[in-house]
Amino acid sequence: MARVLLFGAFADVAGWREQEVEGGSTEALVAVLSEHEGLAERLARPGRMTVVNRVVVRGDVTVTPDDEVAFAPPVSGG
Amino acid sequence: MALLVDGPIDAGALLDAFCDGRTDVGAVVSFTGLCRAATDGRAVETLTLDAWRGFTEEAMTALEDEARARFEGVELMAVHRWGEVRPGEAIVFVAAAAAHRRTAFDAADYLMDQLKTRAPLWKREDGPDGRRWIEARASDHADAARWNTETNG
Repeated sequence: MARVLLFGAFADVAGWREQEVEGGSTEALVAVLSEHEGLAERLARPGRMTVVNRVVVRGDVTVTPDDEVAFAPPVSGG
Repeated sequence: MALLVDGPIDAGALLDAFCDGRTDVGAVVSFTGLCRAATDGRAVETLTLDAWRGFTEEAMTALEDEARARFEGVELMAVHRWGEVRPGEAIVFVAAAAAHRRTAFDAADYLMDQLKTRAPLWKREDGPDGRRWIEARASDHADAARWNTETNG
């Protein structure tokens, strides 16, 4: 379980921006989020940003219920 | 100074404020990015920028700090819009001040390349053809990659 934040197209497709999600690691959370068909396709694209407690992480990272985990597509500022 | 704002960016006023009272530099370069009315032949009625308040500003500030470390003595300002933007309105403003023009040009160019490819902002276009989420283009990444090989300006 963790507090999950979604940004950009992820939030648009999922229809929410912030929610508690079951899962003990970032990839476990992705697996749960991927039960949403549209989100699964977006999450599987390269360049996904994963941020745990405001620190960008790579690979599968263990999370606890106190953790805030954000998922976002590749950025597009400017 | 890196700012995220949800209201109009007045590039002229920002540039005036940035230059005001400066006697320590000989060059100021500014860049203003505008919302286009069409992208790749598709009309754009509204551009919406999603941001993560706090996190996005911190990341923009870190990119500014990187630019300051790379271009010694340069002073920088970056202001980015978030929320809904209409065609013709400014999306981003960057200014760089330095003793000489080449450093100012390069620092502004560098910071814009980093903002385009690394600042946590997500851009969506809405128009008569529907909704489209935008990602940094291959050319944006190629522009940013130039700085991995170029020497300090």
